[in-house]
Amino acid sequence: MPVFRWAAGNNLKPDRSPCAPVQIKPMNAAAPTLRRPLSTPPVLPSPFPYNSGSLLSVLHLNLEELSEVLTRATALEQMDPLERAKILAKRRVALLFYESSTRTRTSFELAAKALGADTTLVSNLSSSIEKGESLKDTGLTLRALGAETIILRHNSSGAPWLLEGETRLPILNAGDGMHEHPTQALLDLRTILAHLRAGATEVNAKTLEGVTVAIVGDILHSRVARSNMLLLPRLGAHVILCGPKALLPELAASAGPNIEIERDFEAALGRSQVINMLRIQAERLAGQQLDRDEYIAGYQLTGPRLAKFAPEAVVLHPGPIIRGLEITAGVADGAQSAILEQVTNGVAIRMAVVERAMKAQGGRA
Amino acid sequence: MTALVIRGGLLLDPGAGVEAPKDILIRDGHVAEVAAPGKLKGISGIEALDASGLVVAPGLIDMHVHLREPGQSHKETIASGTAAAAAGGFTAVATMPNTRPVNDSVETTRWMLEAERGAHVRVFPIAAATRGMKGEAINDYAALKSAGAVAVSDDGLPILKESVMREALSAAARVGLCVIQHAEDTRMTQGGTMNLGPASFRLGLRGMPAEAETSLVERDIRLVTELRDPRVHLHVAHISTAGALAAVRQARRNGLRVTCEVAPHHFLLTDEHVGFYNTNAKMCPPLRSAADRDALLQGLLDGVIDAIATDHAPHAVHEKEVEFDQAPNGILGLETSFGLALRWLHKEGKLPLSRVISLMSGQPAGLLGMKGRGALGVGSFGDAVIFDPKAEWSYKVAETRSKSKNTPFDGWTMQGKIRWTVSEGRVVYDSQA
Repeated sequence: MPVFRWAAGNNLKPDRSPCAPVQIKPMNAAAPTLRRPLSTPPVLPSPFPYNSGSLLSVLHLNLEELSEVLTRATALEQMDPLERAKILAKRRVALLFYESSTRTRTSFELAAKALGADTTLVSNLSSSIEKGESLKDTGLTLRALGAETIILRHNSSGAPWLLEGETRLPILNAGDGMHEHPTQALLDLRTILAHLRAGATEVNAKTLEGVTVAIVGDILHSRVARSNMLLLPRLGAHVILCGPKALLPELAASAGPNIEIERDFEAALGRSQVINMLRIQAERLAGQQLDRDEYIAGYQLTGPRLAKFAPEAVVLHPGPIIRGLEITAGVADGAQSAILEQVTNGVAIRMAVVERAMKAQGGRA
Repeated sequence: MTALVIRGGLLLDPGAGVEAPKDILIRDGHVAEVAAPGKLKGISGIEALDASGLVVAPGLIDMHVHLREPGQSHKETIASGTAAAAAGGFTAVATMPNTRPVNDSVETTRWMLEAERGAHVRVFPIAAATRGMKGEAINDYAALKSAGAVAVSDDGLPILKESVMREALSAAARVGLCVIQHAEDTRMTQGGTMNLGPASFRLGLRGMPAEAETSLVERDIRLVTELRDPRVHLHVAHISTAGALAAVRQARRNGLRVTCEVAPHHFLLTDEHVGFYNTNAKMCPPLRSAADRDALLQGLLDGVIDAIATDHAPHAVHEKEVEFDQAPNGILGLETSFGLALRWLHKEGKLPLSRVISLMSGQPAGLLGMKGRGALGVGSFGDAVIFDPKAEWSYKVAETRSKSKNTPFDGWTMQGKIRWTVSEGRVVYDSQA
């Protein structure tokens, strides 16, 4: 039978009759009761990561893989530079950066080059991204140019998932919006292990038992905070999140196990062996007003505070630091600060994850 | 003129309380006769559909779709959208006014109804409540109604100003239309891309709080209460929160004319189904918490929700293949709504088939004052969906009739295979054609 299509002349005139009153059934005044358990569709397991060399989230490394990365970071760091440069000689790694960066970009680039790879940097400010090229097309273009791994920094949370889905290349997440910054959490872990566990590289679920890590400041907008709070409890650490309500919503504690919120900075300091200070991300405040003086009074890490409440603690900061806001110059440069060690550890960790990514692509690595 | 017999099926006409084997004769677009099987007289030579083993129900009505025409025909057209509607069992769709230009005029309303648009099923335009959907000046509802509008709404945007909403409710009531409100206090959802909750925190996405919906529904109900006019009819579009539903429930107990619709994705999915940034799980209002979803399912089972409406919102593939926060809101719905409702409400939730049909046909027809639709008695329009309620099938978006493919339900198992859709006595969908 032919399927009819409305053709010219067939339409009825619009219905001009007055609207019939709606029949509304009176409601039963009793509160609704659930008569039977509701059956609802399941949430299917995530297909990510598609590529075993990708590092999109700290959750994509199990404890065994974590140990391998840490062990390999140390081995690569200690290797003869000329030998090391043969590992990925002339292989291609692309850095795709949609946000400015000093530490992460430079250390990824130095790490890839230390392994002998050719690197290329594509930045949103000096590329066809400015002309409106999409992330998908940019990724496919880099793949066609021979990139075997893409290191992505992006201002949108989740962008590495999109890029991985479209290119199926190993993607290394160098920070996505407010979401994750997995290599930062790994280098923070390496720094913590150096100070508290004599540089151990084999880790398990009890490695950081008894260690409390305070993450302080702008938790809401921080990808460093999310990656750290998802990683450290898996090694037995306890995480205290500390900050004002505007920057630390109550639901942050639901992100995973062994995470608590403590609004009182000095109480948090008193219980912590590691203090990870975060920058206020003015670029992500989205119209929120924050009283700078009030913030400094409540949450600035000062010399006297540190001496009184946490004289033994290791002080971390992912950078960039804003001296005089979240941290004083004296503390940043002081004996308890491990901020520059973190930066150095970044190169070792990134060598290990770049090597891991390229291994998944086959070839010589 | 034209005539069609539907023979041997089980007629399910909830409004008339009929659930019995019947043969139906449709002549000149209307139901001419309904008779016991084999009892129709003088039908030799008339085209017949053999509905043995199938259910024959009033054609489905979707009171909330976006067909993108005029203005965004790369996403959908009236022709492609109504083809998808026919495949989904729908014989009437009410189209939201956020087209380009906004449908706030008699001219645009009439243009949408012209035969040249190539509609496969009946289109009922919903006109903009305010000029250009800017939420400031209300339109001429009497003129829009006589041009064919069945309701007014600024869907996609809320009418935030209390004075404007009050005026809209009261002006619409005078001409017998309802105001459909997209309830979202946009002052609370700035930059939000998904429901505010543990999942949004974990994914690093800015959240849209449930209170943004609940508070505006409560505000609107207060306005209805204050207007003290029984003709005032507020309809809450795509309700998504337990709080808003509780407010509607209370308003109904108070005897107010406040109704609501729910979309399949809101009564089935939660913010956990966003997974890792699936842009086909991004819409507004967003997928909510499990507690909200359960409240909506409960509301369907106990009857406080009046209608299932899809909020069919096509977007081109390339528009959704972008970073989550940059993707447009909305998903397809017309081809999956009935299959999902039968699968999850009827089969799993044990909601009687007649209740599902009411929610998707008779009740939305009543809400929008569509006379002669949502029923299959003598004199009604010959709008019918003929389906096998037991058959399971798998939805394949690659085969969609829509111009777009943005659905989270690709590959999902559906229940209730549609055999034919009949619009005013004409077969507009035939699964074996």
